[in-house]
Amino acid sequence: MNWLLDLTPDEWNAVRLSIKVATVAMIASLPPGILIALVLARGQFWGKTLLNGLVHLPLILPPVVVGYLLLLSFGRRGPAGAFLAEHFGIVFSFRWTGAALACAVMGFPLMVRAIRLSIEAVDRRIEAAAGTLGANPLWVFGTITLPLILPGLITGAILSFAKAMGEFGATITFVSNIPNETQTLPSAIYTFTQVPGGDAGALRLTLISIVISMAALVASEVLARRVGKRMDIE
Amino acid sequence: MTVALDITHRLGDLGLDVRFGSAGRLTALFGPSGSGKTTLINMIAGLIRPEKGRIEADGRVLVDTDAGLFVPKHKRRIGMVFQDARLFPHMSVASNLRYGRWFTPAAERYADMNAVVDLLGIGPLLDRRPAKLSGGEKQRVAIGRALLASPRLLLMDEPLASLDDARKAEILPYIERLRDETKIPIVYVSHSIPEVARLASDVVVLAQGKVAACGPTGAIMQRLDLLPAEERGEGGAVLDTAVLRHDEVFGMTVLGSAAGDIRVPLLAVPVGAPVRIRIRARDVMIAIEQPTGLSALNILPGRIVAIEPGEGPTVEIGMDCNGATVLARITEQSRQTLKLRLGRKAYAVVKTVSFDQANTSAGLPVEADG
Repeated sequence: MNWLLDLTPDEWNAVRLSIKVATVAMIASLPPGILIALVLARGQFWGKTLLNGLVHLPLILPPVVVGYLLLLSFGRRGPAGAFLAEHFGIVFSFRWTGAALACAVMGFPLMVRAIRLSIEAVDRRIEAAAGTLGANPLWVFGTITLPLILPGLITGAILSFAKAMGEFGATITFVSNIPNETQTLPSAIYTFTQVPGGDAGALRLTLISIVISMAALVASEVLARRVGKRMDIE
Repeated sequence: MTVALDITHRLGDLGLDVRFGSAGRLTALFGPSGSGKTTLINMIAGLIRPEKGRIEADGRVLVDTDAGLFVPKHKRRIGMVFQDARLFPHMSVASNLRYGRWFTPAAERYADMNAVVDLLGIGPLLDRRPAKLSGGEKQRVAIGRALLASPRLLLMDEPLASLDDARKAEILPYIERLRDETKIPIVYVSHSIPEVARLASDVVVLAQGKVAACGPTGAIMQRLDLLPAEERGEGGAVLDTAVLRHDEVFGMTVLGSAAGDIRVPLLAVPVGAPVRIRIRARDVMIAIEQPTGLSALNILPGRIVAIEPGEGPTVEIGMDCNGATVLARITEQSRQTLKLRLGRKAYAVVKTVSFDQANTSAGLPVEADG
């Protein structure tokens, strides 16, 4: 069984990089995810259907198309990419940050859906009650809305993380498959399957991928249940 | 003025057109459902924006559409107790109570946690979650939460409507204490005559979006014509009395009023305590001579000062009993047989057993050792 646990340094790097990319993608998409979910759940404005469609686009488009669009806009010569590189020094193309961006975009619809559902379930009359007690809208959001949607936030975050762990098409199109920089678990597994004698490595990484994804799902279940119990919401 | 309103607003099919001012300790907005009273109280709280008009509370202008003024709800410092309590489910009772304190400027915090907890008897609940409370407990916590924000005005929107009679009886004394022991003026929405008669110092009667009458509780409760048809049986005179003595042998309390002594079933309040009673018009008989050989214990001499036609075969008789007004509802046939007319001397007869919890404000239940 030793061959199963004995990972080469390159394989370890892929595991570590994948976790880093998925974590960053998840954390970075939380604030915009909450904001968009709020707007979709409560906003009444022209173009809401359009925004909703835009958010869900990565779910329906082929991942390669999303990756290519990212390359066009966030690549070194793309309008957004050039702007960010010039003013903030943030470079996406062929970096791990680009992998995180691709993963974040691909996981975004899943996250927004989960958060939006939980926001729609919040009783707005309870928020109004907090308002009459002197809390301004920002405080109401922080002390009432946010704690009440915590189970939805956890679910959304874990879904985004899990999606990022498995993301392949958009990532490889946008930032290629560079060991130690953009070679995440799926890219590494793909590479192993393309070379003779890579079966053992592919299998090892596959098992690791299954373990991480399962652990994330179980963790989210446990967390959500604990939060739910704390609130006594039947 | 505690609260002054001058509002025009469209609400579906109902045109609200309301103008009143009240300086009472507890002003009741009274009317049948659909009369617009909940909308009005939501406007005072800042939860609904009136289309046109002006709202003033505790000497502060909160809304003036002509001047483009609208103070948002979190800056009004007006406490609100909702019919459905609306406690924060993710916080303990103690955290719910402390919530409003955070947002009150330190210099304006007058409410004291221990005093409020004592006043409402919620000490044993502090560590619990709202989901683990009964309806009556939830409502008491909601009252405490509103009080601890140190409001300038307290609004209560049918706080007892969703509770059963036992729970209502549990909370009413606390609201009376609130009215008598704190300085916060209260506006109380209700469609229940027993509640209004027992609690209110002033009543604003709403009907179809308009003010039908406005004045002190005693005067309004006598105007049976103002009461909704299905509640008319609950109407009658409201008398403020004080406990003279308790009759332990027969289990009765003797109350002193301007009209004379009134015997009611034993009340658990000390001698001298103020008690407000409501004598339903339908519970009052009229005699033209001092009756003898009668089981009823309360016989109040007076003079007939009003005779109004009532519904169906009834007439409503108003009697002045030494300055206090007592209303009686009798049949037209009895009126003619007895030849009742204005100015005639008569006796109002009320059975002791017609007083129950709903029409005597008995105060707080005494502890078991008392």
